[in-house]
Amino acid sequence: MQNDVVLSMRNISKSFPGVRALQNVDFTLRKGEIHALMGENGAGKSTLIKVLTGVHPKDSGQVFLNIDGSLREIHVKSPYEAQNLGISTVYQEITLCPNLTVAENMFIGRGSYHTVNWRQMKKRAAEILEKLKIPARATQQLDTCSIAVQQMVAIARAVDMDCKVLILDEPTSSLDEQEVARLFSLMRDLKARGVGIIFITHFLEQVYEICDRITVLRNGELVGEYEVKDLPRVQLISKMMGKDLEDVSALKKSQLMAEETNEPPVYEAVGLSSINCSNAFDFKIRKGEVNGFTGLLGSGRSESVRAIFAADRITGGKIRINGKDVKIKKPKDAMKHGIGYLPEDRKRDGIVEDLSVRENIILALQVMKGFFRPFSRAEAEAFADKYIKLLGIKTASMDTPIKSLSGGNQQKAILARWLLTNPQYLILDEPTRGIDVGTKVEIQKLVLKLAEEGVSITFISSEIEEMLRTCSRLIVMRDRKIVGELTGEEMTQDNIMHTIAGEAV
Amino acid sequence: MGSLFKKMARSQLAIPLFALFLLVVFNLIRDPEFFSITIATNNDGNAVLSGNLISILNGASAIAILSIGMTLITSSCKGQDISVAAVAAIAGSVFVSVLRANEITIPVFLLAFLLSCVVSVLFSLFNGVLVAVFKIQPMIATLILFSAGRSIAYWINGGATPTVSSPLLTSIGGFIPGIPIPTPILIMVIFLILITLVLRFTNLGLYTQVVGINEGTAHLNGISPVWIKLIAFIISGVCVATAGCITVCRIGLINHETLLLDAEMDVILAVAIGGNALSGGKFNLYGSVIGAYIIQALTVTLYAMKVPSAAVKAYKAIVIILIVVCSSPVVKDFVVRMYKKMFKKQPEKEVQAKAA
Repeated sequence: MQNDVVLSMRNISKSFPGVRALQNVDFTLRKGEIHALMGENGAGKSTLIKVLTGVHPKDSGQVFLNIDGSLREIHVKSPYEAQNLGISTVYQEITLCPNLTVAENMFIGRGSYHTVNWRQMKKRAAEILEKLKIPARATQQLDTCSIAVQQMVAIARAVDMDCKVLILDEPTSSLDEQEVARLFSLMRDLKARGVGIIFITHFLEQVYEICDRITVLRNGELVGEYEVKDLPRVQLISKMMGKDLEDVSALKKSQLMAEETNEPPVYEAVGLSSINCSNAFDFKIRKGEVNGFTGLLGSGRSESVRAIFAADRITGGKIRINGKDVKIKKPKDAMKHGIGYLPEDRKRDGIVEDLSVRENIILALQVMKGFFRPFSRAEAEAFADKYIKLLGIKTASMDTPIKSLSGGNQQKAILARWLLTNPQYLILDEPTRGIDVGTKVEIQKLVLKLAEEGVSITFISSEIEEMLRTCSRLIVMRDRKIVGELTGEEMTQDNIMHTIAGEAV
Repeated sequence: MGSLFKKMARSQLAIPLFALFLLVVFNLIRDPEFFSITIATNNDGNAVLSGNLISILNGASAIAILSIGMTLITSSCKGQDISVAAVAAIAGSVFVSVLRANEITIPVFLLAFLLSCVVSVLFSLFNGVLVAVFKIQPMIATLILFSAGRSIAYWINGGATPTVSSPLLTSIGGFIPGIPIPTPILIMVIFLILITLVLRFTNLGLYTQVVGINEGTAHLNGISPVWIKLIAFIISGVCVATAGCITVCRIGLINHETLLLDAEMDVILAVAIGGNALSGGKFNLYGSVIGAYIIQALTVTLYAMKVPSAAVKAYKAIVIILIVVCSSPVVKDFVVRMYKKMFKKQPEKEVQAKAA
């Protein structure tokens, strides 16, 4: 039994300034198994991998690797060292060189070669490709291969380095079904050769299709290790989210049921699709309604709201605002029709880091007012001052660059930006991610207050309680499709989890 | 006092202004008469101002005007246009060929300038489309005209380097009769006023910086990064034509090989000395203009010190390295830390003194 274990991590702890990323986590990988590492964002999956591969040093704990049949403790200090020990990682983004050939990509930066025997390298590469049934030629330039094949070349590179442990970090997120199938057959092949594979994915279906065992992490702690066959989907989800199925009593129901009126919806879309959201969907929201998109990360909830705001290129669909047909082809159109959008990735899409809090707050309203009509300094200062006070944004002054504010205060500033435009429909994608509990509650309260004032709001959060507390209608998504809609009494954690899992309620 | 110092130190203009100040002080110590302005009579019989200060302001005009366009491109596109001097040669050639085909009157002069502006804006837009639409790195995109621009200028005048002369041209390149200040300085002042008005009455500054800092945010707030970049190239095109025409007027001929030769590097340097990050984002146009004057002041100073012209570039390089290193974040942080240390120690001593 002991000989079966390839890798064993015991009591791993790791802290970053202000965050305990991992707390006494155990992880065991056996020979020839595919082991899923599951958990929501921030659960500690990637930290665990980074500790294993030597990217981050661990604070405490031990790592054992099976070397020649016996477990020995190892101290990995760099990814290079990890590779030499037989621990290889293939990341979501391909980390190869697109303008080199397949063979070159498989051999660069390896071993102690000071000279290159090109002919031998090509021959060896061709052999490996054939052995693993990868449809690529050794002399082909890498970027002429499909993403899936590039992914496989990365795996082939790892495997040829005599790897015992192969880590696949979300390899399937940019692949289509056929490509996934091809990748899976390669994984099964490797499994048969005795390689232990750690598989990280957000797609539940794939876990149940290919994995033998699941380790679930939550908030940096180990929830447990399970055989796939012993853990139904619903239970897996509840373990990831940290809610027992029965535990629904403590929740307060939202009082904001949208009244059925004859008024046309504030926003209505029929057959809406964008380049990142290819499954067309219908959606509407009434005045003063708070609804939400829910589903696991990667289920397509962000892509759907981005399509509503036209943040990605729109490929189809009809839009009606207050019953009138309109065209929304770019964010500015959406803004003109009173839609505001607080993006999921605050750093990439939200803040303008080097500009002041004041400039960040007035940005959207300024754009709506027009290029030739800038606000005077006094007007801008009045706006910024009002919202800094209203939302309690903690900043040294309104001229402070926004990048020096804390995450929660940055988020409030972006929220202020949209409130300033006086929107009739506000889309908030993960407005509470990565901010402290106090601010979270403030933002939830603000959402309910705005709704009372007649603003329609779409709210997305990874935290299901937050959704239950604020929303009166939930749209449930799985694998980039809307799979259900829950209102009123149906909105319970159990139901949400069942719907996400795709089982009858 | 402390907060004033902090504000000064943090301001982008602090180091360029300080460098300019040092240059002035250095020259005054070396030669108290250095900045004296005298009234001389030129060949046309006009009373005009002359002196080192005037030649600094006059000589820097072309670079200063070019640096305005370059700053906008740098900020929004996170890269530089290295073809400005070559395109200026094209604009100058168009200017001269129109002037030579007609009798030089004020309307013809204006038409020639307008045409050279149009041509220059079109070439600049060619760069702009490559950068903004096709997302080619600015230096690569503008490398095309950098190498081909002077050849295009060669074709326009059939390979010749024709001269043009007219009192009208002398009054643009030199002095307007009755006004003792060189006209290029006046044109620079007009440009400064114009750009101040544009920044005051439009959102060009805000939008350009938002695009340069975070294109994702710009897009989601209804700003089109493509348009903002194209506008930067259009403005730069007008600057390029103006600089080209002024230079033609000053020397009275168009030489496609030497017109504003190597000016693009001085322009980029001016932008950098002005405290603008060449990686884009926040900018200060006045910083770039001051940068242009620093470069010119340095050149004039070195010539006044009888440094051989072949050696001037080496001395310039030394001073510029000093300025650039001093304005680097590493040195700035160091200065701020030292300053804090000095100020924190004092109260401690007082406390100790009291305790004792």
